Amino acid sequence: MSEGINLKFEEALQQLEGIVRALEGENLTLEEALERYQEGVKLVRLCRQRLQEVEGKLQAIFVQEGEVVLKEISLSGGEGNGN
Amino acid sequence: MVGQRVLAVRELTAYLQRMIGSDGLLANVWVKGEISNLRRPASGHLYFTLKDQVAALRCVMFQNRSRNLNISLQDGLEIVARGHIAIYPRDGVYQLYVAEVFPAGVGMATLALKELAARLEREGLFAAERKRPLPLLPRRVGLVTSLSGAALRDMVTVSRRRFPGIDLVLAPATVQGDAAPFELSRALELLGNLGGVDVIIIGRGGGSAEDLSAFNTEIVARAIYACPVPVIAAVGHETDLTLADLVADRRAPTPSAAAEMAVPVKKELEERLEVLSLRARKGIEHRLQMARAKLERLIKSRGLARPEQELYYRQQYLDGLEQRLQTSWQRQVTSREQRLQLLTARLEAASPLAILSRGYAVCRRPGGPSLRRSLEVVPGERVEVVLSEGRLQCEVKDVEGETDCV
Repeated sequence: MSEGINLKFEEALQQLEGIVRALEGENLTLEEALERYQEGVKLVRLCRQRLQEVEGKLQAIFVQEGEVVLKEISLSGGEGNGN
Repeated sequence: MVGQRVLAVRELTAYLQRMIGSDGLLANVWVKGEISNLRRPASGHLYFTLKDQVAALRCVMFQNRSRNLNISLQDGLEIVARGHIAIYPRDGVYQLYVAEVFPAGVGMATLALKELAARLEREGLFAAERKRPLPLLPRRVGLVTSLSGAALRDMVTVSRRRFPGIDLVLAPATVQGDAAPFELSRALELLGNLGGVDVIIIGRGGGSAEDLSAFNTEIVARAIYACPVPVIAAVGHETDLTLADLVADRRAPTPSAAAEMAVPVKKELEERLEVLSLRARKGIEHRLQMARAKLERLIKSRGLARPEQELYYRQQYLDGLEQRLQTSWQRQVTSREQRLQLLTARLEAASPLAILSRGYAVCRRPGGPSLRRSLEVVPGERVEVVLSEGRLQCEVKDVEGETDCV
């Protein structure tokens, strides 16, 4: 879990699914179950964070004088407008 | 002629086979001609001759190829055949082993494209096993399309509807005209190297077959192949697959559909997460409940039911033992005391002092044993009479006979 920051969303979700299955099964000791549960809670938090952290920017990538630059753009005429 | 080696026919044939096999042109050749002597034996292979006014070429098309023909071959039909030249050793003739057949009217551009596609396929650019899965939740979605086209608007609209928070990065490129292939491949490269882009959509709105030519170029196909992140092709043409479609990891019929593939619906992910979170909580609660129930059962079991009572039982037993110990000890002491008293009484009863106290006396020679008979002494002898208290020192005056009792 220490590498949680680098975990991809689907990897985190997969791990979480594995933990849930294990918790719903009968093969864990109570201590193991608690440990898994805590791991699961961390993963849920991580996934929620991932769902929130993106900003929703629309940028365009250009090359200017050999440099790669990102600029925010907006669609002319606004979204949903016919043209 | 001296020193010239004589070859067996099979040796010469094998040599010619090697020669022909190493020739690049003959390995993949396009030949135009008119079909004659077409034969279809039961094996399913096709045999025919291609000829024009001056020459003829024997051709064979094996059953695994001829099965997928989409034109019906017949004598007199003019076709273009693609295949490789090899020698049939048994007859000592060379022939064209046909892989594909096209009607002769097909333009050279189409044939060139077919050939390019065949070459890229042989190189493995279309291989199903190299198709990469798309990320469930991309951090950024890269878009390669025209800044002014409808495709961009569609993709942005669909993305915003599904997951407003996902970043979109456009790498603008013209999608039509001479500069398009270079701009498209350059845009793909820029996005692929930008970092944080987890999936790229390359596409344009629908167009005629000629309008799609940029997506059928080798440079674009190779740029898609080289892209470090998964690519969705959204070229928007239903009848023809472009090379871009074939190389891309996924193919979408329209730019909107591509955006649906790339961008998840936020609400669905949130719900999925909620369900998992709930299941985890239920799982652990169930687990704790079971543990608690088990503990309860254990507490109620005989061994642990009322531990204090078990203790009391033991204490009681101990108390009993102590009691018995004391009692028996007491009994021992008492019986000994009684015995002592008895013995004391008996001792006292037997004491000569007691007799003396009743008025008797003991007579003896001084320091000697007590006298029992008068004849033990003679007159003039000194005797000692011991009384209950004190003694008398006496001298015997006379001794009388034994029969004369007192």
